[in-house]
Amino acid sequence: MDAALAINIVDSTIRLSTPLLFAALAGLYSERSGVFDISLEGKMLIAAFASATVAALSGSAWAGLLAGVGAAVAFGLVHGFASITCRGNQIVSGVAINFIAAGLTVILGQSWFGEGGRTPPLTGDARFSDKVLPFAQELSGVPVVGPIYSGIISGQNVLVYLAFLLVPATWWVLARTRFGLRLRAVGENPAAVDTAGISVAWLRYRAVIICGVLTGLAGTYLAVAQAAGFNRDMTAGKGYIALAALIFAKWRPVPILFACLLFGFLDAISIRIQGVALPGIGTVSVQFVQALPYILTVVLLAGFVGRAIPPRAGGVPYVKER
Amino acid sequence: MADAAIQLIDIDKRFGAVHANRSINLSVEKGTIHGIIGENGAGKSTLMSIIYGFYQADSGEIRVDGRPASITDPSAAIAAGIGMVHQHFMLVPNFTVVENVMLGAEKSPFLGAGIAKVRAELKRLEREHALDVDPDAVVEELPVGRQQRVEILKSLYRGADILILDEPTGVLTPAEADHLFAVLRHLRDEGKTIILITHKLREIMAVTDAVSVMRRGELVATRRTAETNVAELAELMVGRRVLLTVDKGSAAPREVRLSVEGLRVRDSRGVVMVDDVSLNLRAGEIVGIAGVAGNGQSELIEALAGIRATEAGRVALMGRELGPQEMTDPAGLRAAGLAHVPEDRHHMGLVLPFEENENAVLGYQREARFARGPLLDRAAMRRDAAEKIAAYDIRPPDCRLKTANFSGGNQQKIVLSREMERDPDVLLIGQPTRGVDVGAIEFIHRRIVEMRDAGKAILLVSVELDEIRALSDRILVMFAGRIVGERGPDAGEGELGLLMAGIEEREAAE
Repeated sequence: MDAALAINIVDSTIRLSTPLLFAALAGLYSERSGVFDISLEGKMLIAAFASATVAALSGSAWAGLLAGVGAAVAFGLVHGFASITCRGNQIVSGVAINFIAAGLTVILGQSWFGEGGRTPPLTGDARFSDKVLPFAQELSGVPVVGPIYSGIISGQNVLVYLAFLLVPATWWVLARTRFGLRLRAVGENPAAVDTAGISVAWLRYRAVIICGVLTGLAGTYLAVAQAAGFNRDMTAGKGYIALAALIFAKWRPVPILFACLLFGFLDAISIRIQGVALPGIGTVSVQFVQALPYILTVVLLAGFVGRAIPPRAGGVPYVKER
Repeated sequence: MADAAIQLIDIDKRFGAVHANRSINLSVEKGTIHGIIGENGAGKSTLMSIIYGFYQADSGEIRVDGRPASITDPSAAIAAGIGMVHQHFMLVPNFTVVENVMLGAEKSPFLGAGIAKVRAELKRLEREHALDVDPDAVVEELPVGRQQRVEILKSLYRGADILILDEPTGVLTPAEADHLFAVLRHLRDEGKTIILITHKLREIMAVTDAVSVMRRGELVATRRTAETNVAELAELMVGRRVLLTVDKGSAAPREVRLSVEGLRVRDSRGVVMVDDVSLNLRAGEIVGIAGVAGNGQSELIEALAGIRATEAGRVALMGRELGPQEMTDPAGLRAAGLAHVPEDRHHMGLVLPFEENENAVLGYQREARFARGPLLDRAAMRRDAAEKIAAYDIRPPDCRLKTANFSGGNQQKIVLSREMERDPDVLLIGQPTRGVDVGAIEFIHRRIVEMRDAGKAILLVSVELDEIRALSDRILVMFAGRIVGERGPDAGEGELGLLMAGIEEREAAE
């Protein structure tokens, strides 16, 4: 494998990891607060649709981002209302949101644009374009450092940088801030938080809102940065893979980074080896290669995670005891 | 009263039909340890939850340091200088001691400076009060006694001047409890005010300066600990109720149906709860077990019913000695003619979300009369339930109603009808009238006597001394896991009270 190919694979690994990273970190905030969230998928989808629609109509990627985040937060608040205020079943609420998002995006897309659920293609400022960092051109000749800087670090769009910066930021929030301490506590023993004089509901709502913002970024990235517009079911299970990464990483931010990179890498590889004749095996069918990341997800979760202990109060609505 | 740290004036609280606190007046002197004693369900914990802002009183006033305080939630209580150590610790198990102590009292949006402050403060408290605990230890890895220390440190860190401890020794070994008392005395000497809730008389005598007794939602008396004694407190706790009279002839005991020899039972903490208990239960008699709650009666009846493992001892049912397998097989014991009305009907006697007719066959659902092939014969179940409803006057008379919707007295009748109508040879009954209204009490008592007259052997456990005296043909008194005396049904209340308080039989006779 030559260096250019390696650079290329690392580059696509990063691009493909980004939405997973947003979504997995989103899940982290929600689940560490004790609200299980399998609606990452649905929120990403609605955000992708909303952002692509607004970006197409306004011609501004930033307006699209705002719409995407807004839509995901709105869906997140529905989940929050169902599971925090109404003390409903969090899995059922999450599944419902996924269904609503899948149906709504297609119906609205078809009735507004009449292109089979697609939104109009985005061009120019309506998309987040890749940013070439300073000196990328000049440094590209330098051995080792040059190609890495200009081929991988430079030339990504702004959301990619944001996603990777969110990893240390999340670590810092959890470990070093009052909000993080309380967030971790409320997911483990909400009664302790309540008796300490802190509102359990408000804390969980904040977590759910942050989760909405981050899934909004994930969806926007898919439609307005990675692709140029929305098409039906474009999340293709990424929300669930992010959930898998979250569990694989045992709800901790830095391991989430590596889990997402691993899943992104599998995705990148699968694109690479499509149609390539491998020695001894021959050409692998496209379907199998496309299924590879999902198969590995199952294998990894079943075999290599060990005991993943979720936040103890996860999934359980808080009811004051007598 | 200027030197009252906390004062309660006419505090009243209801939960639906339950009157948990009835116009409570209490004044706790500053710099003292004040005990609140009472049976389970007397309303102690509710009262303390009101002081800590977990509940709002329906009416009444709380004064802290002589000033009216509006305690609407725990943070208001903390601000007023009140700290609480709950019976079930309010700790985050996978947090370190430092993290637990600072939770809710971080003082800044960022933790850095706060952590250093907590460490310094912990060191100071450790020096002053012998409350040593490793600040970096993860709480769930600490022994229970240490976890409780973390709870106390949490309150002290928040600047609590009034510390409420709810049944603090329930989970402690005796040695840990003694250490806790030493800590509490020290805190008192430093000027803190401590409210200790317990149902254990020994603790009250050991550590408090004053004690208030609660009974059925009322605060019935307050005494200086030095001026009272265990016997008086026991009597106040159990109470003199309007004497229940039960019309019954004298017993005609026949053969021994249940015989117990040298029974020993430990609870989950490894503490011996039943210690070398021997008794014989004959057909046609009611044997009552009297005692202050927590002296092993519950464990004894559970062990005999097969739902708690025994450590030593022999049990013979209907003249046949039970093997170790049989002794922990409730279904087998039922089949052998033993029925059990558990003390706690909500947790052990009923499945509250089930329909009445389902609960009416619970435990007997495999019997042929309720079966149609592999399926339940619903019609037979409902017929059976309807008969019991009529016989026991269960209201409302609707066997399709969810059990949770029946009142406490009617729920108890559902359990009793199920166990009694099975026509057992031996009947174990725990707290037959706890939380039951007066009309139902009379009915239940009459049924129990009818069972006796029909030749059943009945073992009755109750914390209501009047009930024991009214129903029993023989009374066994339990204290600290042992049977400390046997009396006839005409034994005086004072005499039994002394036995229940663990005062030697010889002294009691004098």
